[in-house]
Amino acid sequence: MQKDDERLVHSRGEEFLQVFKKGAEFTQELLRENERLRFRLLELEKSQGPGDATPVAEVKRLSERIADLEQEKQEILDRIRHVEEENQDFAARYLEIEDENNNLANLYIASYQLHSTLDFKEVLQIITEIIINLIGAEEFAIMLLDEKSDELQAVSTEGIDRSEIPSFRLGKGIIGTVAESGENHFASDFDNYERDFSAPMVCIPLKIKEHVIGVLAIYKLLMQKKEFAAVDYELFTLLAGHAATAIFSSRLYSDSERKLSTIQGFIDLLTK
Amino acid sequence: MSDYNVLIVEDSPTMRQLIAFALKRIRGVRIVEANDGVDGLKKLSSERFDLILTDINMPIMDGLKLVSLVRNDANYKAIPIVVITTEGAQEDRERALALGANDYITKPIQPTKILDVAKNLLRIV
Repeated sequence: MQKDDERLVHSRGEEFLQVFKKGAEFTQELLRENERLRFRLLELEKSQGPGDATPVAEVKRLSERIADLEQEKQEILDRIRHVEEENQDFAARYLEIEDENNNLANLYIASYQLHSTLDFKEVLQIITEIIINLIGAEEFAIMLLDEKSDELQAVSTEGIDRSEIPSFRLGKGIIGTVAESGENHFASDFDNYERDFSAPMVCIPLKIKEHVIGVLAIYKLLMQKKEFAAVDYELFTLLAGHAATAIFSSRLYSDSERKLSTIQGFIDLLTK
Repeated sequence: MSDYNVLIVEDSPTMRQLIAFALKRIRGVRIVEANDGVDGLKKLSSERFDLILTDINMPIMDGLKLVSLVRNDANYKAIPIVVITTEGAQEDRERALALGANDYITKPIQPTKILDVAKNLLRIV
């Protein structure tokens, strides 16, 4: 019995020694492998050179580059947005200048035509054409002030019979007030305006500097002209100035021609 | 040598100038003016035109008669015609288009509108 126990202890001891030996061998193998890997790592590091980054550093570097590019992209997008806004501003400004250019051209042609003749009837005809073609009025009257009687009388009409327009005293009613004050008159509600010869839709004084020689009274616009544009108000004033000068010059010329003819007749009578 | 020959038929010299001034912004355009329909036909017979702009109300021969005569003449029927008039009613427009006008512009004159219509009919991009 005791011998059996000793044999068992001995065999256990043997087994333990075997396991311990194997463990020692395995540990030595691991140490060798570790040494081999360290050596390999050193070799790899040497072959990459001192400037090359490790994969972690490379990832970091690339991430930073991506962030830089993202920022650059954002800056470019901001600049594009800014340029587009500027472009829209320029486009709007271009249209404004185009409109201004067109208005100046129209005004140039109108004034050129007005000052191209000294014939009173022709001047009235040109004013009529300008009011229809540029302003878009269908019914209107050109009224001149008789400085002796202080009365305004229609000398030319469009869309209305001249005999229908009564004469107006200076300072009386809308027409008389416009002629006296030299201020433009525009009806407050164009849509509901009803024709009234004493209260035109629009009344513009024909002025040479501050001297009013008559008025332009508008009673109806062309059916396609629903309202006045902002530029029309400026056009009115500018055209009225040119129209007044043209009317004044042509009347002066007609008067001097008449006087010349009378004097000539008188001279002929005396000399022949 | 001009690229486009345009005929303006209009009895009012002011209107003719206004239209001509607007059209002169097209590069290479040459403008010929006529006082009425008869004068317009006379000018049509002497040279080739790429576009006609005509008023309706004119003495001697009105614009609608001119449109109808141009459309019924094999030599001119392909020329685009634009009617410019004070008549803003839809029936006037339809009448002019039915007679063969290609477009219809109402007064008061808007140079940009004239320019757009002319460029479109002259096929200028």
